[in-house]
Amino acid sequence: MWVSIMAVSALSLAKESILGPANLLEHDIDQIMGCLLGAQVDAADIYFQSSRYESWVLEDGIIKQGTHNSEQGAGVRAISGEKTGFAYSDQLVLPALLEAAHNVKAITRQGQQRRVQVASAAASPALYLPVNPLHSITDQEKVDLLHRVDRETRKLDERIEQVIVSLIGVHDSILIADQDGQLAGDVRPLIRMNVTVIIEQAGRREQGSMGGGARADYGYFLDADKGLEYGRQAVHQAVINLEATEAPAGAMTVVLGPGWPGILLHEAIGHGLEGDFNRKGTSAFSGRLGERVGSELCTIVDDGTLTGRRGSLSIDDEGTPTENTMLIENGILKGYMQDKLNARLMGVKATGNGRRESYAHLPMPRMTNTYMLPGDSDPGEIIASVEKGLYASNFGGGQVDITSGKFVFSASEAYLIENGKITRPVKGATLIGNGPDVLTRVSMVGNDLELDSGVGTCGKEGQSVPVGVGQPTIKIDSLTVGGTSL
Amino acid sequence: MQNKVEIARLETIVTNVLEEAKNQGASAAEVGLSIERGLSVTCRLGAVETIEHHRDQGLGITVFFGQQKGSASLTDLTDDSIKDGVKAACSIARFSGEDRFSGLPDSDRLATQFPDLDVCHPWELSADQAITLALDCETVARELDPLITNSEGATVNSHQGISVLGNSLGFLNGYESTRHSLSCSVIGQQGDDMQRDYWYTVARNAHDLESSRSVGVMAAERAVRRLGAQSLSSRQCPVLYAPEVAASLLGHFIGAISGGSLYRKSSFLLDALETRVFPEFIRIHEQPFLPKALGSSAYDGEGVAARAHDIVTDGILASYVLGSYSARKLGMESTGNAGGVHNLTIEPGDQDQQGLLATMDTGLLVTELIGQGVNQVTGDYSRGATGFWVEGGVIQYPVEEITIAGNLKDMYQNIVAVGNDVDLRRNTRTGSILVAQMTVAGSTD
Repeated sequence: MWVSIMAVSALSLAKESILGPANLLEHDIDQIMGCLLGAQVDAADIYFQSSRYESWVLEDGIIKQGTHNSEQGAGVRAISGEKTGFAYSDQLVLPALLEAAHNVKAITRQGQQRRVQVASAAASPALYLPVNPLHSITDQEKVDLLHRVDRETRKLDERIEQVIVSLIGVHDSILIADQDGQLAGDVRPLIRMNVTVIIEQAGRREQGSMGGGARADYGYFLDADKGLEYGRQAVHQAVINLEATEAPAGAMTVVLGPGWPGILLHEAIGHGLEGDFNRKGTSAFSGRLGERVGSELCTIVDDGTLTGRRGSLSIDDEGTPTENTMLIENGILKGYMQDKLNARLMGVKATGNGRRESYAHLPMPRMTNTYMLPGDSDPGEIIASVEKGLYASNFGGGQVDITSGKFVFSASEAYLIENGKITRPVKGATLIGNGPDVLTRVSMVGNDLELDSGVGTCGKEGQSVPVGVGQPTIKIDSLTVGGTSL
Repeated sequence: MQNKVEIARLETIVTNVLEEAKNQGASAAEVGLSIERGLSVTCRLGAVETIEHHRDQGLGITVFFGQQKGSASLTDLTDDSIKDGVKAACSIARFSGEDRFSGLPDSDRLATQFPDLDVCHPWELSADQAITLALDCETVARELDPLITNSEGATVNSHQGISVLGNSLGFLNGYESTRHSLSCSVIGQQGDDMQRDYWYTVARNAHDLESSRSVGVMAAERAVRRLGAQSLSSRQCPVLYAPEVAASLLGHFIGAISGGSLYRKSSFLLDALETRVFPEFIRIHEQPFLPKALGSSAYDGEGVAARAHDIVTDGILASYVLGSYSARKLGMESTGNAGGVHNLTIEPGDQDQQGLLATMDTGLLVTELIGQGVNQVTGDYSRGATGFWVEGGVIQYPVEEITIAGNLKDMYQNIVAVGNDVDLRRNTRTGSILVAQMTVAGSTD
């Protein structure tokens, strides 16, 4: 009972924080929607958003930058067949919104106005509390937290030259009215903390960086002193890299550690399974449902329903409740991730993956939390099985060419494996492979599934959204490592 | 033509916000305001896909209380919202640390000359005209070659905006600018092999755009020539960066000599000033006052006068790239680069890309790079690449699923030549760049 009560309250809180200050009534939404809907409109929506964002940065031992950002507006969209008209306004006043609706309607040329009356949508379970992180602790407490993380991190190693600690909080309220008169809403907290260190030894400098976050308030960082753990891991990474020698170049056995290395799945598999690319036939995975794209050990889901995760959403940006979507089951391609437009055009159901960066951007199919389910192998056993190869435990970013299927992801912490043992650290290098066949070479999957610490941001067509990834330790029999040592 | 009435209206808002900051106790303040509107139309497979009307406004405020600083930004320009924004910035400033390097720029460095840079050429483009242009472009691309089987569409963009900057030292200036573009992305297919590529044109004045035909032809030719790509065996060889990817090499260089990475000691070019970073024939300079250019500006993000100057002369690093804050941290003077460089230019050589391929003889021509893979602290470089294998100065076959790796310090020293095939579509102006040797990793034996 408790969760559904919270969900209703997210909708009413969203209404209160968006429509209230703008003096907009539900009746005004009816009028805008009425203007938007012509005879040839298959779908339409209005996306209201009110967002507050803050960031604090500590550097050189002092709070050096702090920013508070406030943004609100509404995006108006009408779809006719495969055509989309879109306009937005950062002024939440009826004339501006009616003008936006009028511009958008041009996509369908003609058509009579229809009458619509909005009503609240059925609540979906809330995956996070509708809290405002910015107000969850005082500014003094935020500043104290950053200073403490800085002080404690500096104590870890006398070679530390620089420590940068950042704290970000977002309080995002959204309301979505659609052509059927449904009104859905959500209040989305999002927090993030990051620690970067520079370490110097005998003229050689290396950087380490670690962070985390969640859909929660700042109490998340205080509870288990997570900031100090980020600091420890950042220092560990920098120290390891001080000793790193040239990375190998060429195809070899690669073992990826658990958690964030799941960025492999996001790049190699995830993007290629987004509905828009598959409807258009532009993905290397197009038309391959039911085919084998991985070894039997590989089962991969996109799950927007995990409580409090960075990539989770109670509803997506089109009001569809998120799901746990099976992408690949025992190596067989099972499904794509869909927003409403592409689901309708492909004749399948929306999977709750319609996401947008803000009211000023059009929604499209995007990932939420994408991860591989655990297997049976002990991680130690996986390392021990490799005669010669690379073990990569941490990564920077990645990228994929959807059409050719070629993807990269760049290791920031990696080691050589020699005769079944991790021997020495090597410099970061880019790993490159082919999405549709990389998983066919997965020969061992660990029992140690981990999700990332809550740092992922995915970019697509200029739009950024927060996402999560995860995986257990996995062994790939052959993957190209882009080092410098032949 | 500048819209003087609208610029004056926005300048008044900026003045009022500066006044509000003073009223709330700030000892100094800086305010930026920008307003933009635009149209973006995409057509795919011969039909309209999206028509987007853009309309953005944003105000940024930085306040100083002595040596303490706070910032805020907002999109709602009503009086109440502005008061709240200033209040939020002031509140943050009180929690920030005393920083003796913080503050507005030195007033004698602020721009006083505002030449007309000819950057505003509004395009009276209706949605219907934009649709026609995009359809023409995509049709050319789709009909050029039977191997073109699919498309991601052609997009026409037209944007017009005003940006105003003011500070409590009395600096106040606004200007209007435009930016128009046409792009096309198509897919070639041969058997199971599918390859996408694209081309685009961008200009301040729509008359300076390449024709829809030439954009369509380039997009299609580029997609088709990638078909049949294979990986390579790992090796060391020369690498020729095509202009569209060569700009990224200069981007990493600017990142490394920027004030922020220098004072944080997170640069592989620490203490490199007045030392040889490139071979002797290399000159890299800024040209902020080029008429119509995409990176032209009379002043930087803080109002400091931009200047035409050398960053690299005869291969020697002549200047860092600094804003006021990082300049003070380093005990130097601002170079007018808060927010970046303006029309960064590497002096072209006398060979075109064909000539450079002949100079390279055997090696790799890179036309697309993917991934990050650059360590700004050490200069270690490893990125995914797509391009062509070249022998005897002649392209042999397309390659993909390879990486190119090295260290940027060595790569810069090992530049053999810069082409005259300069890409004018971005803020970094460069021709092809030939690097003597890098490590290529691939999947074949």
